[in-house]
Amino acid sequence: MTVCCAPGADVGSARRWPSDEEVRLASRALSEQLMQTDLSVPSAHCAACIRAIETALLALPGVEAARLNLTTRRVSVQWLKDGPVPPFFATLTRAGYDAALYTHDQSEDDPEFGRLLRATAVAGFAAMNIMLLSVSVWSGADAGTRHAFHLISALLALPTIAYSGRVFFASAWSALKHRRTNMDVPISVGIVLTLALSLHDTLRNEPHAYFDAVVSLTFFLLVGRTLDHMMRRKARTAIVGLARIMPRGAVTISADGTREYKDVRTIAKGETLFVAPGERIPLDGTITEGRGELDAQLVTGEVEPVNAGPGDHVSAGMLNLNGSLTIRAEREAGESFLSEMIRMMEAAEAGRSGYRRIADRAASLYSPVIHTLALIAFAGWMAATGDWHRALTIAVSVLIITCPCALGLAVPMVQVMAARRLFERGIALKEGSALERLAETDTVVFDKTGTLTLGDLRVAASTVPENHLEAAAALAFNSRHPAARAIASLRPDSRMAVEDFAEYPGLGIEGRINGALYRLGRPSWACRGVVSDNEKSMSALSCDGELAGTFTFADTPRPDAKEAVQALWEREFELEVLSGDGERAVAAVARDLGFERWRSAMLPADKVARLDELRGQGRKVLMVGDGLNDAPALSAAHVSMAPGNAAEIGRNAADLVFFNASLAAVPAALAIARRAGALVKQNLGLAVIYNVTVLPLALAGHVTPLIAAIAMSLSSILVVANALRLRGDTPKPVAAGRRAGKLAEAAS
Amino acid sequence: MSYLTWLIPIALLMGATALLAFLWSLRDGQYEDLDGAAQRILLDDGEDRPAAAGGPRYSRPEPE
Repeated sequence: MTVCCAPGADVGSARRWPSDEEVRLASRALSEQLMQTDLSVPSAHCAACIRAIETALLALPGVEAARLNLTTRRVSVQWLKDGPVPPFFATLTRAGYDAALYTHDQSEDDPEFGRLLRATAVAGFAAMNIMLLSVSVWSGADAGTRHAFHLISALLALPTIAYSGRVFFASAWSALKHRRTNMDVPISVGIVLTLALSLHDTLRNEPHAYFDAVVSLTFFLLVGRTLDHMMRRKARTAIVGLARIMPRGAVTISADGTREYKDVRTIAKGETLFVAPGERIPLDGTITEGRGELDAQLVTGEVEPVNAGPGDHVSAGMLNLNGSLTIRAEREAGESFLSEMIRMMEAAEAGRSGYRRIADRAASLYSPVIHTLALIAFAGWMAATGDWHRALTIAVSVLIITCPCALGLAVPMVQVMAARRLFERGIALKEGSALERLAETDTVVFDKTGTLTLGDLRVAASTVPENHLEAAAALAFNSRHPAARAIASLRPDSRMAVEDFAEYPGLGIEGRINGALYRLGRPSWACRGVVSDNEKSMSALSCDGELAGTFTFADTPRPDAKEAVQALWEREFELEVLSGDGERAVAAVARDLGFERWRSAMLPADKVARLDELRGQGRKVLMVGDGLNDAPALSAAHVSMAPGNAAEIGRNAADLVFFNASLAAVPAALAIARRAGALVKQNLGLAVIYNVTVLPLALAGHVTPLIAAIAMSLSSILVVANALRLRGDTPKPVAAGRRAGKLAEAAS
Repeated sequence: MSYLTWLIPIALLMGATALLAFLWSLRDGQYEDLDGAAQRILLDDGEDRPAAAGGPRYSRPEPE
């Protein structure tokens, strides 16, 4: 079978794949021998994809099982713990699929969801059967049959309410215990009173019993509640993830030269630390000995490694790429950069939890009104007729018929549909309220590196002749330096053998190919006598001391970035770039993409401060960013988005994650959210109109079980049907864009 | 009246059976991947048992 739909393997760009360490951290242990890793594979969508992905992964040594879930577009791979981490990403890329690590959080094996689903199923079963009996009663069954049917209905309704109604009773009880009221209080009161009244009437063989109403009400409400639960926030793990990056210990060197491994928290200011290549800097400090390159991407977001030597200041969280460094600790663990980030994110998340979802706001207005009305109805009829049974029946029918069936469905139904739309476009939504916040957005703030650009270096220009290019690629294959990887990706099939390979931190790499000594790196190092004013963004290749040519690098802009920015301009969003990079790099990208405002050299705290400033001006900001350095800003913004290849912390801190490389996801998500917001408002309007219409009937005492059933189903169906409109006619780009997107993927 | 004493229990029993079947399929993880289930019938050698959240229920096909 040919692979019908796999987009072309993206070998060309040296995309940053998670390191083995990251994969291990994101995996969970299934047993003594097995680890399970979940990878999201957004472009998988058919049987051929299932086969291609599972076969490719199963062929890897050490992989025991692989299973693709096409609904969530995630593949779970089980592999042997003792062996090396199988090369999942390289394998999937070769098979033609982009993959990203998916962190499994505990909240996903959600017992509450199963409980809701079972309660809904039981209520649905009972509602159908009782309705069946009720239809016979309504169509004029004789007194004996009616009595029998009412008794059977009671037998079905009692255990059903006892089982399914617990959801509401428990929540209402806990609200009352804390002297608050919530939506579940009128629901519970209504359900219990109706049930009691109907039992009373059934035993006295009266003509009306409301078992059908009470059970189908429970069913509809549970459907709404289940949908709502699907859209609830999954527990945030961003801070946990951040804490996991922090090195737990470090090797200290005492004055007499003895080395000791210590817990970072016990390391005091002024102690000397040793950091081996490949380790993260554990504490903020100053280098006293050694020289090497540091990957500061987590801290500053800058792609190009920083060359650091004695006297340079380093921050905790930077990755030591290739030098052996001795560092004097200048701050304790609690004061380090990472700890500061954790504190900032905690503050930001606490600040944002104040947002109240539209459904909650509606409910808090709603429930006191219903309570008051029902009480007034009871008191009024009691005063007018003195018949407590009549008065109670009417009060209960007010409670039941105004019960927020439609209201309960109005918001979650739209949000579930919108989440599905978003998912089809490769955007994962973490919770429903993010959709509401997204719909309110009027300002979009972008990070540069990794967001507007892909965060990979690519070769922008090369003066190296073809015969040397192959050698340069072969040499570059041996280094993990981003510039080397960009050069290597020019000739991915180069098979030239490299001898005597050596890497000189901060300078470059060298090796012998076919007897000739090649050097690749800083122009002044690769070829003596060559002076370049532009040492940083340029590498030179020399062959036996002769200059063969130079490479200049640029960051790859994200696909469709320009179009996305243009689309946002047209819809009158305020746009801004906040970047940790230097002014020149930021200005170039921002101007190129059509931004008018940008700020460079922003530290994480500056970004948060800028967002606070915008909030102070009454703006609702969507933050789009990826790195650890953006995480506090992502948490602090009104709503946030991160690309799927962002750092794990960035993905966790964001409300939405888009998995396709294209930045078109941002305007698309905004469009869907606005449309969903409009539908939610319509639905709430429908629910209010419905209540205003039926309330006089209920107050006048004209609501029979038949009328209650019709009114309730009609309003619910209306609201659901309105929500389904989100399916077809989302703005045109969806239909056209999906195809175009696929073509673009195939072409890339 | 007498036929009702038969028909109604039968109707309820059928309904209850359906309910139990649903609860069983729910617990068995059959709703975990509806899209995948629809596609997997197209694979000749596909393992089509649902993937349960717990232990390794699916694995490398044995060589024949």
